[in-house]
Amino acid sequence: MYAVRQWSVRHARGLNSFYRRFERLLVGMDGLFCALGYQRIERPVVVVERAVKGLLFDCRMCGQCVLSSTGMSCPMNCPKNLRNGPCGGVRADDRCEVKPDMKCVWVEAYRGSLRIPGGLEALSAVQCAVDHRQQGCSSWLSVAREKSATP
Amino acid sequence: MKFEDEPVPGYPLPILPGHTSPGRFERVLRAGGFAVTTELAPPDSADPEDVYRRARVFDGYVDAINATDGSGANCHMSSLAVCALLTRVGYAPIMQISCRDKNRIAIQGDILGAAAMGVCNILCLTGDGVQAGDHPQAKPVFDLDCVSLLEIARGLRDEHRFQSGRKITAAPRVFFGAAENPAALPHEWRARRLAKKVQAGAQFIQTQYCYELSLLRAFMAQIEALGLIERVFMLVGIGPLRSAKAAEWMRQHVPGMHVPDALIARLQGAQDQAREGRSICVELIQQIREIRGVSGVHVMAYRQEESVAEVIDRSGVLKGRAPWFPARDLPQPSHRTAS
Repeated sequence: MYAVRQWSVRHARGLNSFYRRFERLLVGMDGLFCALGYQRIERPVVVVERAVKGLLFDCRMCGQCVLSSTGMSCPMNCPKNLRNGPCGGVRADDRCEVKPDMKCVWVEAYRGSLRIPGGLEALSAVQCAVDHRQQGCSSWLSVAREKSATP
Repeated sequence: MKFEDEPVPGYPLPILPGHTSPGRFERVLRAGGFAVTTELAPPDSADPEDVYRRARVFDGYVDAINATDGSGANCHMSSLAVCALLTRVGYAPIMQISCRDKNRIAIQGDILGAAAMGVCNILCLTGDGVQAGDHPQAKPVFDLDCVSLLEIARGLRDEHRFQSGRKITAAPRVFFGAAENPAALPHEWRARRLAKKVQAGAQFIQTQYCYELSLLRAFMAQIEALGLIERVFMLVGIGPLRSAKAAEWMRQHVPGMHVPDALIARLQGAQDQAREGRSICVELIQQIREIRGVSGVHVMAYRQEESVAEVIDRSGVLKGRAPWFPARDLPQPSHRTAS
């Protein structure tokens, strides 16, 4: 929902610190997830993740979440799916070139990043091309799996 | 300028130390010259002569010619084909690649193919959305964005591998560029965004039209503060405005285009608006040349390409230098006017 999405960017700082705690919890639960089997819990986790992030961010379930690096503004809502910043077509009133009824996702991302400590540095990191095989998979579980494997 | 080791047209130059391409454009920039580039509007035709005719109007005034890739999301001859035709006779094209129409498989194949046909310069773009063009019903691809495209392209050249990791046997020797729009929002972030493109592999930048020099100066100061001036060649986009009405139309319809009111008022007050537009362009080029960190201009003159020669000539930026063109070194009287 567009209004909720904008609320999330305004509260990027709080959401980011909540996510940091949540991520630690996820990584700590790796042992449990392994015991249950990542494959088996993928589906129910995806249902919850889709509902929560769908409400807060209009999440598209790309499976490679970068919200913490984009000021809590989901880059997959950009009509050009840009993952590294705005195109040159941003309108003078901050609106999107392709969809003039919404604000540029990246103008929002910039504002959200200013609210997060270290947000601007995170925004400046180069994001590599999206792996389309991850579409529809849980980012939460892949974070738990990857971060627990690389201490 | 003629290089001592200039080969037969269409053949690559030897690659000098510190250079990444065998092209003339990179040489001019690295030699410290003020480079001039322009844009060729690809024809809606399958006749090669249409391409050559459009290239000839720039003869003797430009160092490289951009071949646009479906600019404005409109359908035309492909940039790859235009570049292949241009390299056959020795021109130095800059092939534009837009992420709108092709996925990473097609794009990587095009980079290899272009380099094989003598293309030495590639400009990596995101591209306009399909809604802006003549086929709004088309599927927008956007598999990559310009930054991830640059990263993959650099991997092809420097690491000799596709994104998949599979090795290639001969790497494309290419000079990579990207675009930037200093006038677009958010102004305070644009320079940092450019830093990302440089980090991903951009070696030169061509900007969108810059008619508001205060914005450009502020942008260039940020570029300098980030230490990017030494790492990337900046070519500033400019072009003659045909009339106040045309300027107004462009301001309304070209994404990210910014034309100050004072310029439109000046055009309105002129007897011959097209002539005034060219004079404004000459003055702007002369002012842009003085800005620290600017390595050249990119002159875009859609549907008035013949005015590029006049504008460059009057601006004096070439300082009497005659960029290479196919007939330049043949014995014949020069058509150039002294500048």
